[in-house]
Order: sequence, then structure tokens, then C-alpha cells
Amino acid sequence: MSKGKLALYWAASCGGCEIAVLGIDEHILDVAKAFDIVFWPCATDGKVRDVEKMPDGSIDLCLFNGGIRTSEQEYMAQLMRRKSKVLVAFGSCAHEGCIPGLANLYNRKAIFDTVYKEGSTTFPENPQDHRPQPITDVPEGKLSLPLFYDTLKTLDQTVEVDYYLPGCPPEAKNIWAALVAVLEGKLPPKGSVIGLHTTVCDECPRKRSEKKIKKFYRTWEIIPDEENCLLEQGLVCCGIATRAGCGALCPQVNSPCIGCHGPNDGVEDYGARLMSALASVIDSQDPEEIQRIIAEGIPDPVGTFYRFSLAASYLRRSKAFGGDGAAAAQPTPLAAKA
Amino acid sequence: MAERVGIYVCHCGSNIAGMIDVEEVARWAGQSIKDVVVSRDYKFMCSSLGQKLIEDDIREQGLTRVVVAACSPHLHEKTFRRACQNAGLNQYLCQMTNIREHVSWVSTDRQKATEKAKALVAAAAERVKHQRPLEQGFVKVNPATLVIGGGIAGLQATLELADAGYPVYLVEREPSIGGHMAQFDKTFPTLDCSACILTPKMSEVGQHENVKMFTYAEVEEVSGSVGCFKVKIRQKARHVIFEKCTGCGICVEKCPRKVVDNVFEAGMGYRKAIYTPFPQAVPRTPVIDTANCTWFTRGKCQVCSKVCPTQAIDYDQKDEIIQIEVGNIIVATGWKLFDCTRIPQYGYGRLANVFTNMEFERMCNAAGPTGGKIVLRDGKTEPRRIAIIHCVGSRDVRHNQYCSAVCCMAALKFGHLVLEKTKAEVYSFYIDMRTPMKDYEEFYQRLLEEGMHFVRGKVAEVTDAARLPDEQGSLIVQVEDTLLGTQRRIPVDMVVLMAALEPQADAKELGLKLGISCSMAGWYTERHPKLDPVATMTDGVFVAGACQGPKDIPASVAQGAAAAARVAGMITAGKVTIEPIIASIDEQKCSGCRICNNLCPYNAIEYDEEKGVSRVVAAMCKGCGTCVSACPANAITGAHFSNEQIAAELEGILWDAIADGRPASAAPDGSKAPQSTPVGAA
Ligand SMILES: Cc1cc2nc3c(=O)[nH]c(=O)nc-3n(C[C@H](O)[C@H](O)[C@H](O)COP(=O)(O)OP(=O)(O)OC[C@H]3O[C@@H](n4cnc5c(N)ncnc54)[C@H](O)[C@@H]3O)c2cc1C
Ligand code: SF4
Ligand code: SF4
Ligand code: SF4
Ligand code: SF4
Repeated sequence: MSKGKLALYWAASCGGCEIAVLGIDEHILDVAKAFDIVFWPCATDGKVRDVEKMPDGSIDLCLFNGGIRTSEQEYMAQLMRRKSKVLVAFGSCAHEGCIPGLANLYNRKAIFDTVYKEGSTTFPENPQDHRPQPITDVPEGKLSLPLFYDTLKTLDQTVEVDYYLPGCPPEAKNIWAALVAVLEGKLPPKGSVIGLHTTVCDECPRKRSEKKIKKFYRTWEIIPDEENCLLEQGLVCCGIATRAGCGALCPQVNSPCIGCHGPNDGVEDYGARLMSALASVIDSQDPEEIQRIIAEGIPDPVGTFYRFSLAASYLRRSKAFGGDGAAAAQPTPLAAKA
Repeated sequence: MAERVGIYVCHCGSNIAGMIDVEEVARWAGQSIKDVVVSRDYKFMCSSLGQKLIEDDIREQGLTRVVVAACSPHLHEKTFRRACQNAGLNQYLCQMTNIREHVSWVSTDRQKATEKAKALVAAAAERVKHQRPLEQGFVKVNPATLVIGGGIAGLQATLELADAGYPVYLVEREPSIGGHMAQFDKTFPTLDCSACILTPKMSEVGQHENVKMFTYAEVEEVSGSVGCFKVKIRQKARHVIFEKCTGCGICVEKCPRKVVDNVFEAGMGYRKAIYTPFPQAVPRTPVIDTANCTWFTRGKCQVCSKVCPTQAIDYDQKDEIIQIEVGNIIVATGWKLFDCTRIPQYGYGRLANVFTNMEFERMCNAAGPTGGKIVLRDGKTEPRRIAIIHCVGSRDVRHNQYCSAVCCMAALKFGHLVLEKTKAEVYSFYIDMRTPMKDYEEFYQRLLEEGMHFVRGKVAEVTDAARLPDEQGSLIVQVEDTLLGTQRRIPVDMVVLMAALEPQADAKELGLKLGISCSMAGWYTERHPKLDPVATMTDGVFVAGACQGPKDIPASVAQGAAAAARVAGMITAGKVTIEPIIASIDEQKCSGCRICNNLCPYNAIEYDEEKGVSRVVAAMCKGCGTCVSACPANAITGAHFSNEQIAAELEGILWDAIADGRPASAAPDGSKAPQSTPVGAA
């Protein structure tokens, strides 16, 4: 039997997803048995030009982690799409933008200001306020850097995606299950999120009753009891709105779910869902009191409700900072290097 | 396959056509909206000819969807749905859009009104394409009925149904049925003896073969829905075995413990620790008031058990939960009296000779604590001057804005009784005299003739601080006489406060159990204030008597009978239709987070502990959508209001903002437009 061809790629993400693949332990040997790893820059040697030379559709499976922040990432997404039969948005960044997507509250200029000007580690060393430039003239010729966009896009806002493997990072058991599904040809309908079709509470062993919340606490303010639903104790547990599949890992160690698996099937905007659910169970009829409960208990609404999904939400980015046309600009192919 | 949509734009005479160019709307819809195969305007769509237009087009043109742009769906949705059904098209594939109340009646600019009508028609057309055929369901109606509250309204309802041959469970909180009417001496305006007309009804109920009465009992829990409610009743421990007690009353006679009776005697008299509230009580079985009984409080006595000839006393009796099943519920829990200490300037509780109206009722009653004699708090002195103050706690923004409706008449009744029984002068201090019902104004005239004094003005204060010599030792009523235009101080010996009728303290709580709501003032809300006064928004739950708002005995009786008639109608029909526009929960998706559990205004959601999922009870759901939008797992779908349908409706309404002028069909897969494209810039 001929082996399948597997590729993994890493775009705008922390890299945890790459490590997570190794979490499948000895199954990695089975992977090696079943697949030829044709491209995995993090772990094996390989060149983009080699991929460019492969026939279109010749890679059986590509696990692509990370969102799309730069022109290079955009090019790679298009390339991997073209070359792969099955393209999987692997992990929260590719799926919904994740933490890098929170920078959509700002734009390139504001991000560069923070990093190159105001950042405590860079500022004293950068008195002339140098910024990365797409093209820099040096005596030897021109140097180019990928263009940094104002807006981080998810993988499916960039190219067509076949499946999603949620999680920050995806759990080993789900990764292995997905690989098995590919091997056995038992894939769900195209466009599916691989995981369960309910939310985290389903897997959470805590006792639940009717919900009435008088006050929200931040995690450092209380030590919740280990038996009862964390949300009922006033911690914003996102388990109610977050796709199950993780095994309710966080609530089981007395920590509220923060929502890394994204929404359940059919939900267009994760944060809006979560907000309307929580708003429904605040135990007051008095608008002023409700206002106070929210303002005191949830000082950072975007970070709470859209921690992982801002880039995939209806709003996608902050209007105040403005997104320019950078995201829509023509990609700068790596091949066009001077 | 594409749907075949028919559009019908109504002129409504000139109601719509006067402000909207209906021909233009119809012409435009026919040309511009995708899948429209017929588009017409017509003088009166609701007329039989208008309906026939739709029916013929369905048959001849093979329409699969119908849009009627006309008046409010409240008025004619049924009409057009029926027309579709007649022609073989499922009635839920017909969509109405309101271009009268929402457009023509509220517009002044013909062109803008026409544009708005187009947008609404486009919205309805886009939506209707996504609508699905739905079927109505049915439930059988259990012929038994639960009546809550054994006042005159509840008794009337009970008798109507029981006499018609249907089983009735009557639950009364007090040890006896009868309600407030049992406390009165006479009833206005006819001055019938209250007990004489009430007690026959009480004993009829007590002995009726179709009535099962639970007194000293309350409703604990209600589940299920119209046709098949399940009710848990808490029978409080009487400590007297109902079946053994013959009602001889020897226990009451011998009980050594006297207690102030704050309920029936309104604090004016005493009862024993073992008691029946009044001699004609139904049932005659007494109860032991354990908070005051010496055996329960101090472990001594047991006199009642020693004297009872049938060994009916049982000190160890426990509360019992009884389960019943009924098809309908009538709520007739009446009213409670306003607490007069909330108006300190009238001195109630501080000045001995200030009485409430209920205290005065008991005082007038021949079977009451004074044997019917009108006397001061000392129990012997006959007053020479009596003041009756109206609107205490009523018609007062600080307390209750409403008029209690019966107290003017009760004040006149009191005036009559005073003049009949004593030589005292009697004053009424009123703001407006409210005597609108049959024979009421005549009764007022009668009191004017009998010599009752009327002072028009709201009393500022009742005080015992005398300023003038002839005020010494009296209560002084300080009032602005608005007819004379002067301040007056009128010294009297006795003051009667006409305290307001208020909703029962537990009205909201009981309402929650039953899924019915209360008005701002706390009275149960009827389905329609004019056209449906005894039904509620919860099918199968009816209200009667003063729990729905202050009213007199004749109105309470009429409502009791009306509610019974409604219930009898349901029982005879045998089944009820249930609307298919309801929510449903996908068990696979539901994580059992329980967010939705206490959101439903109709109590339609229950939680299955075993499976760890929530469920919508179809017969109770009204399709309001509250839970649908709250479910964080997207497990709840509102039939007829799916995301797809709502999105399509929105796109329809924004037709002119969408590039080619033709409403795009909704993106069903939830794929989003690229971020840099503002709406309409594609
Ligand atoms: C001073 C005064 C004098 C009046 N005189 C007259 C008059 O002369 N003529 C006239 O037409 N009207 C008179 N009225 C008005 C009259 O009292 C009402 O019209 C009448 O009481 C309404 O009857 P009802 O059955 O609705 O309520 P109620 O008489 O209040 O009866 C309600 C019953 O329900 C029971 N109940 C309450 N809650 C529960 C519960 N949760 N579970 C079980 N049982 C419960 C109560 O114990 C009570 O027995 C007078 C009112 C006042 C204040
Ligand atoms: S703790 Fe969180 S995950 Fe667990 S039941 Fe409560 S809301 Fe759901
Ligand atoms: S009935 Fe008369 S006394 Fe009672 S609230 Fe109305 S106006 Fe006042
Ligand atoms: S809110 Fe949704 S997921 Fe939660 S219990 Fe209700 S139906 Fe289930
Ligand atoms: S749609 Fe409304 S009535 Fe129906 S179950 Fe949900 S909340 Fe209750």
C-alpha cells in the first residue's frame, strides 16, 4: 500500500500546535508508518520551492496552524491549499484567530508602536524608531520582508478549508482521531469541525442547578468549591458556549473554561452567544444593578467573550483603529524576492 | 427547485391605498423579487373575493408560497392561512406583512411609504421561501378542574362545573371555605345578610358528589400543560383526623388556650388553639394552631384528645403531599387588606379608636366579637361621632394608584349600619364617590336622605392633639373641604379607614407556579382586558374574582361562572390544538448547562436530571423565542423563526442596499462576506 503524503505548516501562532502533534506519543510512529511527511518546516528540512514543484493536489493532508497576518502567510496558505487534497485548520489560530486575533483591536501602526517604540524591551535600544520595511535597500541589493497586515484573518477567510480541528492547542486524542478518520476515509461532511456537537458542560462533572448570578468574580478573587458549577459560583465559565471535546479539562482543575474550542455547530458569533446566555441569567430586574454587576465583574468584555474568536466574529476588528486595505492588497509572493 | 411565490397587496379601501401606491408595489414585486410568479393588488384582500384570488392562484398557478401585504396579522392572519389551507397549501407557508399599521397609517410621505412597503414585501417574500410546512398538534383535555381559592368566585366556579357533572378539586388555604364574604354582616347595596346567601353555597360545595375539597391546603407545584396538568397539593397537618371528626366542637369548647384571631376576626376577637374559623365553617373539622397550642409549645395539656368522643385528634399528623391531574385550572385567590400602619398620619395602631374596614365589618356582624354592637375599643362606649375615611392606600401614588372599587359602597353600607344601630353622627370623607353599578347610585341617594354627612376632601391627618376646648378627648380629622374651600377640623370618637384591596402576598409566587403574570400593581393579567377577561396567556389557566383586580361580589360571581363556562367549553371540545410555532431542543447539542431553565415565561422548559438535558414541553411553549436566543450551545430552534428565515427577512428588507437590486438569498452555510466589503459595495 502506498503511503499518504502529510504536510504541516505554522503561520501566525505560538507554535504550541506543533508541539501538540507530538502529544500523540507513540502514535507518532503509526503516523510515520502511514504517511510520508513531505513538508514540516518546524521538524524536518524542506523548502518552499520543493512544495511549489509538487503537482497540485498531491498532498493528501495538510495540518495548517496559525492565522494569516502577513503576505508570506497568505501565500503559504494559498500554496498549501493548492497542493493539498484535504486542508485542515489546525488549532484555534487557524480556526478563529485566537490570541493573535485580539490584535484586531488595533492596526499595524499601533502594533508596531507597541513593539518597536513603547515596548519596554525595545524602546531604549531603538532611539531612531526603526520599523520593519517591506523593501530595504542595502549595498548588496534589495532586501524584502513580508508585508504585515492591519488585520489578522482566519485560514478560512483566506482560502477554502475542509475541516477544523479546534483547541488551543488541539488535544492529542482528537488529533489522533482526526488522523485515523483520514486514514480510514471516514471523514465527516466537508466544512465540519472535528469534535463533539455539544458544549463543554456536557463533559463537565460539576453539579448544576438553575442559574442565577448576582455577582461575577475574577479567578483570583475566590477559590471556588470543587463540586458545583463554576458559573453558578460567579466565575465566567465559557463552558456553556464552547464546543466539547476537550473533556472539560479546565473546570476539572477548578479553573473556568476560557473557550478555546470555539462555538458549537451553527453558531455564527461565539461571543454574542456567550453574552446573550450570560445576560439571561443575571439575577436582577434593575437596569442599574445589572450594569453594575457587569461592569464590576467583567472589566474586559472583548478579552472575556472573544478571547479566541475576535477575528472570526461578525465584527472582526476594531473600527476605531481602522483597517486599511493591507489585508486586501495583492500578496507578495515569496518567489518575487529581488 | 425554486419556490413559486404569489404576492397580494391590499388597498384596504383607502386605508392603505390612500398613502401607498399599491399598484406600484405589486408591479415592482412581480418584476424585481426572485421566484415571484404572481403579484396582484386588490381592494379588500380579506373579502371572500380576495381570498378566492389566492385560492385560485394556488390551484392554477401552482403557488408554493403566499405573501399578503395588508393589515396586522392579529386581524387576518387566520383568514389568509385558512384560504391557503383550503387550496391545499400548508397554512404556515403563508406570510403576512403589515403595511397598514406599520406604514400607511403612520406615514405622511406617499413616496417614502411606498418604498417602505416594497422593503416589507421583499422581506416577507425572502422569508417565506425558507418557511417550512408545519402541522398543528392536539392534546386530550382531562375533564377534572382545579379551583384555587374558596372565596365566592371560587365557589361559584366550583358549583357551575360540579353541577354540570364535571369533577372539581377545590384548594383553600384557610381551614374553611368562604373567603372574605364570610366575614361580612350585610352586603351592599341590597343589605342582604352575607352569611344567609353565602353559607348555602358553602354547604352545597362541601357535600357535592363531584367536588373534592382540600381546605388548610396549598398548591405546591404545577407541571404539565393545558389538558393535562399535574398538580401537587400540600395538605397541611390539621392534627385532627378528617374521617373520624364529626364536627361536634367539644374540643374547641374545652381547649383552655385562647388566641387573638387575626384572620377571621381581623384581630377583634379570640379563638381557641384548636378551632374552626366560624360556626358555619365548611368543613366543620377543626385544626390545631401548633404555634399556640400548649401541647405543641410546652408539652402539656392534650385536653382535646381527652374529650374527643371519636379519638380524632392526632398530634403526630404530618403535612401530606397529594398528587392530582386536571385539564384546567381556575385561580380565584382574591385579595388581602392594605396595611394601614403604612399611613402613620391616620394613626392606625397608635390611636386606639382608629379601626380598619374589616375590623368594622366584624364589629357590625351579629356573630362577631361585639355581638354586632358598634362600640369603641374599650368594648362598651357607644361612639357619638364616627368618621369614615375613603381611599386609604388606594388612588394614592405612594401606595396604590388604582381605585379599590368597592370601598365607597362599603363606606355607605357602614354609614347605613351606624345610623340604623346607633344614634351617632357619621361622616364620610371622600375624594370622589364611586357608585357606578346597578342600584349603587340609588344607595348613595338613600344615605344622603338618611342623614350621613359627606365631606369632599382627602384627609390630611387624624390626631388626638386637641387645639380647641371641644376637641378635648376626641380624635380630630383634619381635612380640606374642597367643596367649601376651607380647612376643617372635625372631632369624632371613632375613625374607620377604608383600606385598599391589595393582591395576595403570594400572588406572584403562585403566578410563577402557574405560568401566569401579574400587572404592575400585582393583579393577575388576563389575556385581553376587554375581549378575554378570564383567560390568561397560559392556556388552560383562568382567573376569576378579585385576584384579577378589585371588584364586588356580583362581578366576582360573574367571573367565577364565566371561567367555569370557558373550562366546560374546553372539556366538551375534548381536545385542544397546539400551535406548532414552538421551540425544540436538540438533545445531541444540549449540554445540560441549565442556562435556559428559568428563563421561560411560561415554565415550558424542564430539566431531565437523568439524561442531563433540558426539554421543551410542546403544549406549554408559546414560541416566544427567549430560550432560543439564550442557549449558548445553539441547541434550541424556534420553529418558524429559524436563523435562516430571519437572515433572509433581513436581506429582503435591505434589498436596495444589495448590489443588483435583487435580494440575494441568505447565505445558509454562514459564510461571511469578505471583511473589506461594506454592505452594498459588492
Ligand atoms: C370592607 C369591605 C366590605 C365589602 N363589602 C362588600 C359588599 O357588601 N358587597 C360586595 O359585593 N362586595 C363587598 N366587598 C368586596 C368583596 O370582598 C369581594 O368582592 C370578594 O371578596 C371577592 O371574592 P373572591 O372570591 O374573589 O376573593 P376572596 O373573598 O378574597 O376569597 C379568596 C379565597 O382564596 C383563598 N386563597 C388565597 N390565596 C390562596 C392560595 N394561595 N391557595 C389557596 N387558597 C387561597 C383565601 O383564603 C380566600 O378564601 C367588600 C370588601 C371590603 C374590603
Ligand atoms: S463549570 Fe463551566 S463547564 Fe462546568 S457545568 Fe459549569 S459552566 Fe459548564
Ligand atoms: S371605591 Fe371609593 S374609597 Fe375605594 S378606592 Fe375607589 S374611590 Fe376610594
Ligand atoms: S441552554 Fe441550551 S445547552 Fe443549556 S440546557 Fe438549555 S438547551 Fe441545553
Ligand atoms: S420559546 Fe419561549 S415559550 Fe417556548 S420554551 Fe422557549 S422561552 Fe418558553
